[in-house]
Amino acid sequence: MSRTFVGMPPFPSAAREALGDTQLRHNLAHATGVIRDKRARLVEEQGDLWEPLRLAGAAVKQRALDDLATHLEQLEASLTAAGATVHWARDAEEACRVVASVARSHGVDEVVKVKSMATAEIELNEHLEADGIAAWETDLAELIVQLGEDLPSHILVPAIHRNRAEIREIFLRRMAAVGRPAPVDLTDEPEVLAAAAREHLREKFLRAKVGVSGANFAVAETGTLVVVESEGNGRMCLTLPEVLVSVVGIEKVVPTFAELDPLLRLLPRSSTGERMNPYTSMWTGPAAPDGTADGPQEVHVVLLDNGRTRALADDTGRQALRCIRCSACLNVCPVYERTGGHAYGSVYPGPIGAILNPLLTGTGVDEQTDSLPYASTLCGACFEACPVRIDIPEVLVHLRSKVVDGHRGDRPPKAETVAMRAAGWAFADASRLGLVEKASGLSGRVLARLSRTTLPWGRPAAGRLPGPAAAWTGARDLPAPPAESFRGWWDRTDGGRAEGER
Amino acid sequence: MSGRTPARDEILGRVRSALAGVEPTHEPVLAPSAVHDPMPTHEQVVDLFAERVADYRAVVDRVAAADLPGHLAGLFAPTERVVVPPGLDGDLLAAVPTPVADAHPTGSGLTAADLDATDAVLTTATVGIAETGTIVLDHGPGQGRRALTLVPDRHVCVVRADQVVPDVPDAMAPLGGSIAAGRPLTWISGPSATSDIELTRVEGVHGPRTLHVVLVE
Ligand code: SF4
Repeated sequence: MSRTFVGMPPFPSAAREALGDTQLRHNLAHATGVIRDKRARLVEEQGDLWEPLRLAGAAVKQRALDDLATHLEQLEASLTAAGATVHWARDAEEACRVVASVARSHGVDEVVKVKSMATAEIELNEHLEADGIAAWETDLAELIVQLGEDLPSHILVPAIHRNRAEIREIFLRRMAAVGRPAPVDLTDEPEVLAAAAREHLREKFLRAKVGVSGANFAVAETGTLVVVESEGNGRMCLTLPEVLVSVVGIEKVVPTFAELDPLLRLLPRSSTGERMNPYTSMWTGPAAPDGTADGPQEVHVVLLDNGRTRALADDTGRQALRCIRCSACLNVCPVYERTGGHAYGSVYPGPIGAILNPLLTGTGVDEQTDSLPYASTLCGACFEACPVRIDIPEVLVHLRSKVVDGHRGDRPPKAETVAMRAAGWAFADASRLGLVEKASGLSGRVLARLSRTTLPWGRPAAGRLPGPAAAWTGARDLPAPPAESFRGWWDRTDGGRAEGER
Repeated sequence: MSGRTPARDEILGRVRSALAGVEPTHEPVLAPSAVHDPMPTHEQVVDLFAERVADYRAVVDRVAAADLPGHLAGLFAPTERVVVPPGLDGDLLAAVPTPVADAHPTGSGLTAADLDATDAVLTTATVGIAETGTIVLDHGPGQGRRALTLVPDRHVCVVRADQVVPDVPDAMAPLGGSIAAGRPLTWISGPSATSDIELTRVEGVHGPRTLHVVLVE
């Protein structure tokens, strides 16, 4: 498999391929099930506190976004006062250039990295590699993905599509070429595999001059960056190198230190299903109280736009920038559970990816992105799970209307084709997705009904479907979703292949 | 670079125009705390802390203040090389048979390779959080630079019962003071862990593989 998402097939055909991969489907179902149960237990433990906590988390992030320019200027000022160097990057290219130039100015040919969605989004590793700088991923799953020359399939457990035997194979075959080899007697016990990764990476941590990270939060008031993690590789990257570069999306701002509170309570419970993740690091520039140095003495922060201001300008879509990348919405999504992350063709998979990618890149740019808002059944489970209450179904419906609007002049309308192909897939399982058809927004009759009734999860639908979508549906009487079962469809079409590129 | 650049001005300009007409909220958001009826006693909060730390498969010992030196002395083998941070209380220091000091006034103390050759580290903490079983270090006196509690394979951490608060919101005020003073914070909830291989939990990937909390009452 190629290591880039560019040129990947749009969601429906990629989903068909993924559906055929039994191992992937099995692993994903297991993973999402386990994490879902752990999360559910902890949400229950929080009882009546959970809803107010979600509201508070949403309010903190919304408050940060609603006055983002002010908070960003404050963040810049407090970071600078703490001795950090602040860079601004309009796009991926600009951000990668900053990181590469910092690395080059120290004459290094390698950096150690802690897993970060932002650096994956800008394809930093590929960029650095082209510049002759090796970027070592240090998160165990990312290491597996990197050594396997593969793509991550899940925000939280990116290597969930690999089983232990495959991981052993990858370690034995690939570790020696890039550093300390795996022991020859390596077994496929998870403890043994983790110990091999510890030894392999420790060598890199101890000699690394430059570390690269993202940040889960950036506190405007104090200039404090926060990294939430499990394995300790983050602490290694943030502490041992002499130089640290952090690539931070501008939406990561939190106004005050105290307002981290609800987010720190929501994130681990929603993400890994733990009361608290093993390690959270907070640091404020290279500042050294009492004259003692602690950690990297040269600290750079790259504030990244790369489409975020485009998302910010969308009144309905803006809320997607509240996302704290917990992946709870992935774990509850019936579409994601069946297809896995690769089918979304982006570093942001699942329900959040279905809205975030079109919001960041804009609709009408490419077919892949335009198909994403249809990679959903609008069942509403993602909204219920989201710790910062992003109304993903609302944004999906909004984006569908934008996709459709953008393609109104096409003949035949490309988006419609895409939509119908997606629908053919998503609705094939009539038993599982029973409620869905009423809310899909893909049937003209249903769409018309929606605009004057309520959605199945009980919130009013009025006003959700702006003019252009109504016009589009008014012009065509679309077929209702098929009543055929998923298994029946699967058998009839040979796992979707027989339907071809209809 | 810090200071005005075309990229900075353009991004801030895009942000401002994207948000034209949006009313900012100036009041910080205050998140809710759990309400228990009756409110738990401090003793119960400390019990919960001990239980929740142990939940992460960390070792928890509860000792009376008078017994602390004797108890600590029993935790370290004579040959064990134990890192001791600057500012560690004399009583604690005396309990370590083979201390390795990180006391360089310039801050350029033990190197990462030096630390890799040690066996354990002994520190105090700033706050303990009961609900989540978390200890927080602000790396002040007695706690050491961040690397000290990261590279050695065993972390023995002394937490006083009066440092334990019920939940995360209660910890924000004391920790806010540390942040305002420019200190980093490390929140530790059990030993490092991964579930990246078939979701099987494995303890001790990169940090200390053993976390040993000594709770002093
Ligand atoms: S959209 Fe919500 S549930 Fe999904 S990853 Fe983001 S914060 Fe988590």
